Amino acid sequence: MTRILVFVDNDRGTLSPSALEALTPARVLAESLGASLELATVGEGGRAALEPAGLGGYVIYHPILSDYAPEAYGDALAQLVSEKEFSAVISLGDDRGAEVMAHTAAVLDRPLVANVTEIVDTDGPDGSWEVIRVRWGGSLLERARLRSDLKLLTIAPHTFPAPEPNGDAGPLDTFVPEIPDFLARTRVVERVKLAEGLTLATAPVVVSGGRGVGSAENFAILEELAELLGGVVGCSRVATNNGWRPHSDQVGQTGTRIAPDLYIACGISGAVQHWVGCMASKQILAINTDPEAPLVTKADYAVIGDLHEILAAVIAEIKART
Amino acid sequence: MNILVCVKRVPAPGARIVLTDDSQGIDTRHLGFTTSPHEECAVEAAVQLKERHGGTTTVLTLGPPDAVEQLRYSVSVGADRVVLVPADSTEWDPQATASALVEAIRSLEGESPFDVILFGNESADSGGYQVGIRVARALGRPVISGLKGIEIDGDQVVGRRETDEGFEVYRLPMPAIAAAKEGITLPRYPTLPGRLKSRRAEIDEVPAEMTPGGQEMVSLLKPAEEVTETVILGHGAEAAPGVVRLLEEVGLL
Repeated sequence: MTRILVFVDNDRGTLSPSALEALTPARVLAESLGASLELATVGEGGRAALEPAGLGGYVIYHPILSDYAPEAYGDALAQLVSEKEFSAVISLGDDRGAEVMAHTAAVLDRPLVANVTEIVDTDGPDGSWEVIRVRWGGSLLERARLRSDLKLLTIAPHTFPAPEPNGDAGPLDTFVPEIPDFLARTRVVERVKLAEGLTLATAPVVVSGGRGVGSAENFAILEELAELLGGVVGCSRVATNNGWRPHSDQVGQTGTRIAPDLYIACGISGAVQHWVGCMASKQILAINTDPEAPLVTKADYAVIGDLHEILAAVIAEIKART
Repeated sequence: MNILVCVKRVPAPGARIVLTDDSQGIDTRHLGFTTSPHEECAVEAAVQLKERHGGTTTVLTLGPPDAVEQLRYSVSVGADRVVLVPADSTEWDPQATASALVEAIRSLEGESPFDVILFGNESADSGGYQVGIRVARALGRPVISGLKGIEIDGDQVVGRRETDEGFEVYRLPMPAIAAAKEGITLPRYPTLPGRLKSRRAEIDEVPAEMTPGGQEMVSLLKPAEEVTETVILGHGAEAAPGVVRLLEEVGLL
């Protein structure tokens, strides 16, 4: 029996909204291979969190794993995979998933294909698979061949919807790996809370500015609109590099990938690196003087003209309503 | 404090990426090249650590002869020594990359390991998210990815990593390895003396074997072009009522 394992991260007992996304393509894969599908997570806190997934599997428990510790997580997952003879392991390619899977792959000395969007063929020469994976943050794709007895994949975030909750959870066995004490050296030692409330990653609306905003001071009007709408301000790489905004506000390939209900892009032309950070937004409104700007042509809605004038009018209109 | 930074030369695309006719690469005839962004910030972080704690900053790249351009740039922003590990310009898989880097690092280090080795979190072009971790595992050193802050405290590297709520702190005993994300520092611009120094800089060459792994590129492809019918809500201030209607439809007002 072919066994497929899905690694699901939990942060001290809480799943992120996207945590179960990898389960969606994994179910399809298991069905096409006639394989069993099981879950693994770390820490007793994960047990209850995994119930909505409606699958059995393993809760990995060890005192060193009391908080996130990528090296120890990687060793633990590698042991589970070897001992239970899984033939494929799939995880979401978010920060932690990518990191834990890379450790697992390094420990087991196997290839790891990152950010897969499609499993094209599982019946290639010598048992190889063909997959499509993300390159350039999503502006290009790669058809890749994976040759390995053990298939390790991460799934590109925001590619698949998380599955609907399914109440019939199977049994979750406890798995206790052997982890040398010294691997506690890369465990989280402290957490610092910064912003209470909304962040780029969670806000329902992001009002973002780029070169067209012109200065740090000019972001005030974007701040005002974001506050009126219950959102946050973002920016392009140009705004960060010019020192107008902190890097933590940056939307893009090397900044934050966002998926708000509405993305309002002001004075952002839309280089590839920016587009891949905002393309998961449900709706995009571009405000730009240039009707041919790439982001204007890719947006759902656009307003052509001076962003300062337009935002001032929009704010006045909103205020007039109340 | 001796620090090594591993960087990758990548094309600097603008709004569109064009593939070569055989779909084996991107058409770089009209593109410049740059250091992959996370790694450019890692170089700056290393130079700042050196300025605070003394020591040297070495920058290494695995790449074709043209990658000397990125090494010289590193010198212009503060690197002391630069090393080319020659490779051809074909595609290498993450295991092959890691194997060559491990060999090159071992030969550079001899008996005295670098206190800190920095990588970028992922390269801009191939984005494998694993080379730094594979190298660290092979060298038996602690590693943490995704750092947005790095400091030295005694014999420990203190790293900060962003989360949805704030940040997590890690303390790694040195020698340690870390993968940096853009935003860990704001890279400086080269100064005129820096540029002059970079022109004269000696490029050390350290050969290394690549052992191919199990991932192989078949071809590159463009994602299905999403044809978006952009609805123009208007021009200038007169568009405000239309924008407000959209905000209502989305449920923000």
